[in-house]
Amino acid sequence: MKRLLTGNESAATAVKLGRAQVIAAYPITPQTSIAEKLAESVAKGELRGRYMKVESETAAMAACIGASMSGARAFTATSSQGLALMHELLHWASGARLPIVLVNVNRSMAAPWSLGVDQNDSLSQRDTGWMQLYCETGQEVLDSILIAFRLAEETYLPVMVAMDGFLLSHYFEPVDVPSQEEVDRFLPRRKARFRLDPKHPATFGGGVSSGVLYDLRRKLQADMEKAKKHYKKLCARFSRAFGRAYDPVETFQTVGSDLTLITSGTLAGTIKAFLKENREGPRVGLVKVRMFRPFPGEEIRRVVKGLKRVAILDRNLSPGAGGIFSQEIKASLLGVSGAPPVVSVIGGLGGVDITPEHLGRLAKDLLSGKGGPVETLWMEA
Amino acid sequence: MECPRLDEELLSPGHFACPGCGETIAFRHVLHALGRNTVVVTSAGCGSVVDGYYPTTASKLPFFHCSFGTAATTAAGVKAGLEMQGNRRTTVLAWAGDGGTFDIGLQSLSGAAERNEDILYVCYDNEAYMNTGVQRSSATPKGTWTTTTPKGALEDRPKKNLIAILAAHEIPYIGTATVAYPKDLEEKVRRAKKMKGFRFIHILSPCPPGWAYPPEKTIRVARLAVLSRIFPLFEIVNGKETSLSPMEEKAPVTEYIRTQGRFRNFTEEDIAVLQESVDRAWEDLAARSNGRKGKG
Repeated sequence: MKRLLTGNESAATAVKLGRAQVIAAYPITPQTSIAEKLAESVAKGELRGRYMKVESETAAMAACIGASMSGARAFTATSSQGLALMHELLHWASGARLPIVLVNVNRSMAAPWSLGVDQNDSLSQRDTGWMQLYCETGQEVLDSILIAFRLAEETYLPVMVAMDGFLLSHYFEPVDVPSQEEVDRFLPRRKARFRLDPKHPATFGGGVSSGVLYDLRRKLQADMEKAKKHYKKLCARFSRAFGRAYDPVETFQTVGSDLTLITSGTLAGTIKAFLKENREGPRVGLVKVRMFRPFPGEEIRRVVKGLKRVAILDRNLSPGAGGIFSQEIKASLLGVSGAPPVVSVIGGLGGVDITPEHLGRLAKDLLSGKGGPVETLWMEA
Repeated sequence: MECPRLDEELLSPGHFACPGCGETIAFRHVLHALGRNTVVVTSAGCGSVVDGYYPTTASKLPFFHCSFGTAATTAAGVKAGLEMQGNRRTTVLAWAGDGGTFDIGLQSLSGAAERNEDILYVCYDNEAYMNTGVQRSSATPKGTWTTTTPKGALEDRPKKNLIAILAAHEIPYIGTATVAYPKDLEEKVRRAKKMKGFRFIHILSPCPPGWAYPPEKTIRVARLAVLSRIFPLFEIVNGKETSLSPMEEKAPVTEYIRTQGRFRNFTEEDIAVLQESVDRAWEDLAARSNGRKGKG
């Protein structure tokens, strides 16, 4: 059934359909309406779960860790400073191999305070052992959360679903909402192989020797790589059930393009609008990166090979290094024969608008040879 | 003082505790009183190290090591998760030291207490960060030597009154206990186990290396803490009804102070000041209990 929903409503709808059993959340703009909607769903009895009104984001993640360790399906949502406050426990959740699903509504980090979107909050968590999926539309938010629960529970790895604050969280879009029966068929109840159970007592998370830790980290890396394959398998299954496909990396009009822009999140939507309007000018293509962890290096190499010229648009910044997607994509192209010249571009920090007009001027600049392999180009604000 | 017979031992020998460790004795009795239908959540501290290194574990119960400041919230999450899977009977125990309770865990503790989460929180209080090698916490008493309150800069603030903070949350149950009175300790745990909502037990757990006394004196030191009325045994129900546990004779505070090297810098004058403040606190407690006697 098609419904007109905001990104946040799409997220709350997915969590309800996904039958999360424990939800622990702390309000922060622009995540708040996800928490409100879920509290309401529990209060009305539409969702048979427990909504924990915790005292901080640290507590939200701690409660999810406890609930997940008991064998329950646990969910939380946050933004910006809230995600940063969870940082220690994000490591804990992945180290304990707990399949928690978290929605992060991207918002810039203070200081100074700003409500606008950029991805520095979630990208600062890239080394915590969480999978990360970046969404372009409300439909993608809803579908990604349903996929995320199953992906997390079958790989014993937590998943973060990221969406742009306001640009996606607060915009209404028509969203195809599946029925409960359809979702139940795709997403069965959680079956935890390891949990806190008085009938089968076991100790979790205690001290280990360096050798054991080394082996566990190596296994985490191997399992992350396997998780990418598993994600593709689940997406194929999802596509058969619901008719919507979500590859880790997607391409639009890249074949024969003079310039290809690579980006993530709602910027991909803006670029698509630009491509539609720009039928007369030079040929521009788009690569949308949905999955950031595990990093789809192989998939990116495959789609980028043979392209004439590539620019990576980052709505984030690692000060002193540049765009974060850019660094990782460039690293994955190192030594690849036939890799095109790549330019790094930063724009839209703090929610600064990037319009099709901006993109037109950027494309013109890039095609006239502006931007080298080392320097970072800054879009006009 | 009677000691309950441990018909079932839920803490295995061979753990990592120091000789004479108060925490371990306390843990053993708490687990005994709770029985097998229990899940334990412990935050960083002596308790997590004592349990042992993989692949060994001293606990015979399901046991989860959580991050330092989150024992209360993690335990509440476990309880919520169990309930949502149809298990309402298992007791969830949060087990944390004074650092994890008075300091880094205070926000988590207050949040869980205020929401009246259905867990039992037990703090084993050895009055400093003993696991990292004796640094002061907000549970360290005034005048104490620790490595971060060395001679010349001894602890200059009184111990945080955590019980008053928790009583202000109007939680169903608060009890204080020590390892010198194991029967009283186990009875308090059993009483708390039967109740619903947030229950808190504060156990004074002497620490031979941290308090600088010989390991065989743990029970004697804990007993003197009670007899000197520095650590009175009492209960508070719903944040209001206070009842004192029956007491043996009274001992002067000097007996407690002089048993421990951490108090070696106390002068006679310091002791007199302490005696006065302990007497005042006792009168206050006795007035609040209004003659109500605990069952212990």
